[in-house]
Amino acid sequence: MNAPNASGWKPGTPVEGHNAMSGPDTATGNRALMLEEPLIFEIGHAETTGVDLPEPQGGANRLGGFDRAETIGLPGLSEPETVRHYTRLSRQNYAIDLGLFPLGSCTMKHNPRLNEKVARMPGFADVHPLQPVDTVRGALEVINELARWLIDLTGMHGVAMSPKAGAHGELCGILCIRAALEARGDAREVILVPESAHGTNPATAAFAGYKVEDIPATPAGRVDLEALKARLGPDVAGVMITNPNTCGLFEPDMKAISDAVHEAGGFVYCDGANFNAIVGKVRPGDLGVDAMHINLHKTFSTPHGGGGPGSGPVVLSEALAPYGPLPFTARDGDGVVHLVEEENAAEFEHTKAFGRMTAFHGQMGMFTRALAYMLSHGADGLKQVAEDAVLNANYVLRSLEDVLDAPFGHSGPCMHEALFSDKGFAEGLSTLDLAKALIDEGYHPMTMYFPLVVHGAMLVEPTETESKAALDQFIMALRSVAERVKSGDESLKTAPHYAPRRRLDETQAARKPILAWNDPDMV
Amino acid sequence: MRYLPLTDIDRSDMLEKVGAPDIDALFSDVPEEARLSGPIEGLPMHASEMAVEKHMRRLSKKNLAASDAAFFLGAGAYKHHIPASVDHIIQRGEFLTAYTPYQPEIAQGTLQMLFEFQTQVARLYGCAVANASMYDGSTACWEAVAMAGRVARGKKRKVVLSGALHPHYAEVVRTMAKFTEDEIADAPPSLAAKPDDDGLIARIDENTSCVVVQYPDILGRLPDLAKIAEAAHEKGALLIAVNTEPVALGVVKSPGELGADIVVGEGQSIGVGLQFGGPYLGLFAVRDPKHVRMMPGRLCGETVDAEGKRGFVLTLSTREQHIRREKATSNICTNSGLCALAFSVHMTLLGEKGLRQMAMENHRLACLAADRLARVPGVTLLNDSFFNEFTIRLGTDARKIVRALADKGVLAGVSLGRLFPDNPELADGLLVAVTETTSEDDIETLASALEGELA
Repeated sequence: MNAPNASGWKPGTPVEGHNAMSGPDTATGNRALMLEEPLIFEIGHAETTGVDLPEPQGGANRLGGFDRAETIGLPGLSEPETVRHYTRLSRQNYAIDLGLFPLGSCTMKHNPRLNEKVARMPGFADVHPLQPVDTVRGALEVINELARWLIDLTGMHGVAMSPKAGAHGELCGILCIRAALEARGDAREVILVPESAHGTNPATAAFAGYKVEDIPATPAGRVDLEALKARLGPDVAGVMITNPNTCGLFEPDMKAISDAVHEAGGFVYCDGANFNAIVGKVRPGDLGVDAMHINLHKTFSTPHGGGGPGSGPVVLSEALAPYGPLPFTARDGDGVVHLVEEENAAEFEHTKAFGRMTAFHGQMGMFTRALAYMLSHGADGLKQVAEDAVLNANYVLRSLEDVLDAPFGHSGPCMHEALFSDKGFAEGLSTLDLAKALIDEGYHPMTMYFPLVVHGAMLVEPTETESKAALDQFIMALRSVAERVKSGDESLKTAPHYAPRRRLDETQAARKPILAWNDPDMV
Repeated sequence: MRYLPLTDIDRSDMLEKVGAPDIDALFSDVPEEARLSGPIEGLPMHASEMAVEKHMRRLSKKNLAASDAAFFLGAGAYKHHIPASVDHIIQRGEFLTAYTPYQPEIAQGTLQMLFEFQTQVARLYGCAVANASMYDGSTACWEAVAMAGRVARGKKRKVVLSGALHPHYAEVVRTMAKFTEDEIADAPPSLAAKPDDDGLIARIDENTSCVVVQYPDILGRLPDLAKIAEAAHEKGALLIAVNTEPVALGVVKSPGELGADIVVGEGQSIGVGLQFGGPYLGLFAVRDPKHVRMMPGRLCGETVDAEGKRGFVLTLSTREQHIRREKATSNICTNSGLCALAFSVHMTLLGEKGLRQMAMENHRLACLAADRLARVPGVTLLNDSFFNEFTIRLGTDARKIVRALADKGVLAGVSLGRLFPDNPELADGLLVAVTETTSEDDIETLASALEGELA
């Protein structure tokens, strides 16, 4: 096989005597394909519309006297202007479709286009959540089939499908724990969370009315089992553990942790954000987990969409499943799938539900995509997903540990992500500078300054959908940037130089927030 | 496998590089007994694109798509025409496959779009500031209640819910309140021509943190928000207005203009399809800028870059979980980004003129439908006021009628029995929604089908 750039050609190599990035200012501020784009409020007009609708015909008015008198201030654009506006904006975004997106813990993998096609089938995209159930049995079957997959892949007992995203799933799991404890008349008030946890974990526990306490970590980046055991007691409702954890490591004591927590009368919540590393290889149910959310937009390839929508089904143990929220689906003895809601919960022996987390039945548009992905990979392919994800991460770890400090690199292989620290950086240069320099190299930076337990953390998750050639090029870029940051290259402080924008002033944004556009003529 | 680029040669080269004899050596931290030796049993093996498509198409065909029926469902999810360019734009990989814009220099596309979106929502709602969106209307509603508790510094624990709030929204609030120990004062909805504004006002007291009112309400009626706002403010409570049909705001006064302090709602109608209930788009706005720092969710703000060029960033993140952990205003770590994009594109295509035309057309057809259905023997129209959705009474169990009509390819609406199964006195109510996608023929089809069924 050919190595990339075997000809010696490198992207952006200037021909001798020329410098591609300099040149005179332009009248427009544009630079060829890098196009500046105004706001719709600056180019649109209230009387312009890109949709042909009938002119108002007068007639009846039943608005109860609440007719709007004031204008709203919504600019319109014609269709060609609209398409151009958003196409121009889109080109200022980095995306997985453009290149490797190594955000640790976020799992930016390829989003298969079959998923998009399937989600748009009229029987899924064009059905109302409150249609008579006989007209939506196929949609209910999708939910039920996906639920089956999630249960089988995790070795759990049941699954709540309605949570809208990972953090919503966390809340669902913690509320199940609280409901189960209350049902046995055992009010407890503390949830234990490791310092390395995602911020959502403590926020969720607090939102559900619990006090949050830290669990210490060992020098090897794992939960300190003995310290945890010492803290357990009748006031501890449960623990929230991320496994594989946010240092990219599997918690080898997971079963012992679960046993100890159960022994003390508590429950084990597992943050499933990193399930991608173990899908098809390890079933959390075998490790004593009571509840775990699954980010369909991470492990199961539904698109992140610039920040959402996500989807966060929660798999539940036998002890917690009876408390799962409504609605959900159930298949009867004749193979018919039913929607179980408040009114028929008793028929399906589900009378202890803690309530409802959202209107309707969950993120159907994500369910269809995730199911298409699972069916495509199958049980064999999903196992390969985990193996390739872990192999790619270890390849990155071992290819960079001579130039970047890998605090846990000596303790063995990592899982799906490789963690580095800023140890050895030249005085005055930071993880942020390295990240911004990586932008100039054509990459989205890794997760920065997280987890908090490592100084200047850089968490790199390549995912399984990167080729070896793509990894090699990324490693080459990161090595180069790492060497510059260690040698004290001051130009990193002003990176990025070649992005649509230079560093943005976040302090000013927070000090004097401008959160909506105001017409300068109106002020 | 088509989604996995590594070849077996790559895999063995890479294992050599990392010094592992085989792939299982990389899973050595997993205790032996927890490691699975082969693919999980009982699940199918990998399948071709063609095979998966066929399987999914078979499931899709088991459903009656809204566009294949005379369709009148609403109750928080509406069928509107979505211009083709909306779906085209949201499928551009630079939007579809981008992450949360944490690296603003290479995410200006998403950020500028969010800034435009926030401005569109704030203006539509008559508010100062809208956030970058929540999961959906029902969760936005709960987040507003939680925010009102923060504004009251936990000193007021009573939440007054209008009886005509969407029952699922009310159930989400009641569910969460069980854990936060807020006291929920709600009332059953009553089938009256006008909303019971006075009854609602009578339930507000000094211990009330907020009053939650849907506008238009679950039966399609328009409550007098200004009057309720005045009463709430007199007792030091906030008014939370909930809107599930943003198209209405093209022709009726905005909740902010009428005095609502927090305005939340479902944005699905603009740009986002029905999708069997999700993903949808939670909208969240505050009228008074002083409440901004109490808000949940992401906020996008304007700033400048090192060269002085205008740019946008996520801001005020000290409210959020990734900074504040257990002291955050919410645990939310997502917005409904792609749905917000769809909303913003559709709203830009409409513009003020288009939104108004769309709203007027919805109202015109709804008036036609209400009058036509009221002429069906046995049917009475409940509402004095409505926008594009109203309640009719059938004098018999509406749920049975809805099921019978579905067999004839008519999706007649949402029966109140489905929405309020615990209130048998509402069982003869049918909620009918009419949009610009409804034809006059559809209305006639529904009317004749009802005539046949009620005869």
